[in-house]
Amino acid sequence: MRLADTLRFARDAATGYPMRTALSVLAMSIGVAAVVILTALGDGARRYVVGQFSAIGTNLVIVLPGRSGTGGFNPANAITTTPRDLTIDDAGSLRRASAVSRVAPLIVGTSEISFGGKLREIMVAGSTSDFIPIRNFELAQGRGLPDEDWNRGSSVAIIGNKIREELFGNEPAVGQLIRVGDRRLRVIGVLKAVGQGLGMNTDELVIVPAALAQAMFNTNTLFRILVEARSREAIPEAKEQVMEILKQRHRGEEDVTVITQDAVLVTFDKLLGALTLGVAGIAAISLAVAGILVMNVMLVAVTQRTGEIGLLKALGAPARTIRLAFLTEAAMLSTVGAVVGYLLGQLGAFALRQAFPVFPAYPPDWAVIAGLSTALGTGLLFGVMPARRAARLDPVQALMKH
Amino acid sequence: MALIELKGIERVFQLGDATVHALAGLNLRIDNGEYVAVMGPSGSGKSTLLNLLGLLDRPNAGTYLLEGRDVTTLSPDEQARVRSERIGFVFQSFHLVPRLTAAENIALPMTLAGIPARERNDRVARALAGFGLENRADHRPEQLSGGQRQRVAIARATIMQPALILADEPTGNLDRHTGEEVVSLLEGLNASGVTLIVVTHDQAMGARARRQLVMEDGRLEHDSANAAG
Repeated sequence: MRLADTLRFARDAATGYPMRTALSVLAMSIGVAAVVILTALGDGARRYVVGQFSAIGTNLVIVLPGRSGTGGFNPANAITTTPRDLTIDDAGSLRRASAVSRVAPLIVGTSEISFGGKLREIMVAGSTSDFIPIRNFELAQGRGLPDEDWNRGSSVAIIGNKIREELFGNEPAVGQLIRVGDRRLRVIGVLKAVGQGLGMNTDELVIVPAALAQAMFNTNTLFRILVEARSREAIPEAKEQVMEILKQRHRGEEDVTVITQDAVLVTFDKLLGALTLGVAGIAAISLAVAGILVMNVMLVAVTQRTGEIGLLKALGAPARTIRLAFLTEAAMLSTVGAVVGYLLGQLGAFALRQAFPVFPAYPPDWAVIAGLSTALGTGLLFGVMPARRAARLDPVQALMKH
Repeated sequence: MALIELKGIERVFQLGDATVHALAGLNLRIDNGEYVAVMGPSGSGKSTLLNLLGLLDRPNAGTYLLEGRDVTTLSPDEQARVRSERIGFVFQSFHLVPRLTAAENIALPMTLAGIPARERNDRVARALAGFGLENRADHRPEQLSGGQRQRVAIARATIMQPALILADEPTGNLDRHTGEEVVSLLEGLNASGVTLIVVTHDQAMGARARRQLVMEDGRLEHDSANAAG
């Protein structure tokens, strides 16, 4: 039989039993759609987290006070007691390192801001001029912190967009005098609105010079030192140099923890990648179930059409032709199911993206390819047995069943 | 010239403990262009004989020469090829594929044989005209009367221009009048040179054949050709 005729014959046979065809196509499409949507969710989560981490800055090396036993990201780092504090001078000394391009100390605290009788709680970040470029923040108005001696904090502030809205409304904010805690500061810049991120919410942030923040919070220590390596390749070198310099300054004691953004990124990337793989595996089980259903449907078809198979044999169809006709039908069921499922899955992922615009729910290519090929593979694999059974039927017996 | 030569054909079925000789030591010669009726009571072996002649079944012993060629030793696929090219079947219950139209049913043997669509369409159009089914080409079997269905089945049996037509109770499911029509159609084909072998219960129909074979217990009880000679 010619290929076009085989295809047409299989198509007519499939559409001749609409209910059973629709059900097996549905089962297959649910399987494929599950793979597409679940991996879109998993990979979306991965992209979201990785994206948020990348937004913190590029080629970032972060110095934390205190020593944790192992490298990597550990929530305990935030609360370990510090044998020796990190100081602004520690931060300044890191600028010597050859693999480092920019350094910004960071002090964090909460305070109150007031202007024109309005008052609210805010988060204060004390840092230096390089803080804004290192963190990839953008200014909507005005300018950043002045490039001055790190130990001399001038009385200026850069405010987040939400604070500007709430305090100044439509009035110009730059140049105004505000009160933060017990200090009077001049607003020199406004940050662009960005919304909620993994790091800090900059819309409700006030950035002041590091020395000023230390005085405000009555402290000598730093919360973090942010170090930017010259390039991605220089990150390990920068980490080593930072460690070495701080060790020297702290009398040979390794009492700081240096983590790289890369390490955190890779950890999350791996973790969420594994998660995606896991859900893909679970979804793939439904594909195997769908494959078995196709086999069942084809076995029923062989039984239902025993008389027809006998006739085809009487009319001179060799075993191969009959095998091929039934295999083509099984392949057709799974192909249509796979395509419908793929479209359903993409539609579902699209709906997810519409509902949660910040969440990049795109199914990864590997999952789509694996899902589709598993669907076709199981369909064919499970189609072989019924097709062979059909081809082996005894024509005399088969003809009697009509 | 002999179209069919059976020598010492045995066909044995195992039914539980019992061994049934459906065909026992059968010798038969049928020439080209003959019109043969095979008659006999149920279980006499006439259906088994027809299946054997149609290469749907194999004998346990003996040889079957079709057009001088030993076809008992052929592989299943080679036998399928012989069925496709040399033998046409007409069944009591028509055996049309319900989801295919009349035209598609008639074309089915050619489709299976891999004949291109254009040639198929030409031949089907001629067959439809020849069997008075022009207006029924796109009808499905359930939309056809019994007589029309059997005409579609006969058109299908002849579309590959076989040398031999095997008809198993071709009028069994038809009323007297349409049965009459179908028999005339088959006889017309025989008149054009096709060998026709009909299995029937119907004495009247059997009597119309030029040669009658009567079977009993797997043996040839009576052969009108021998009786006359």
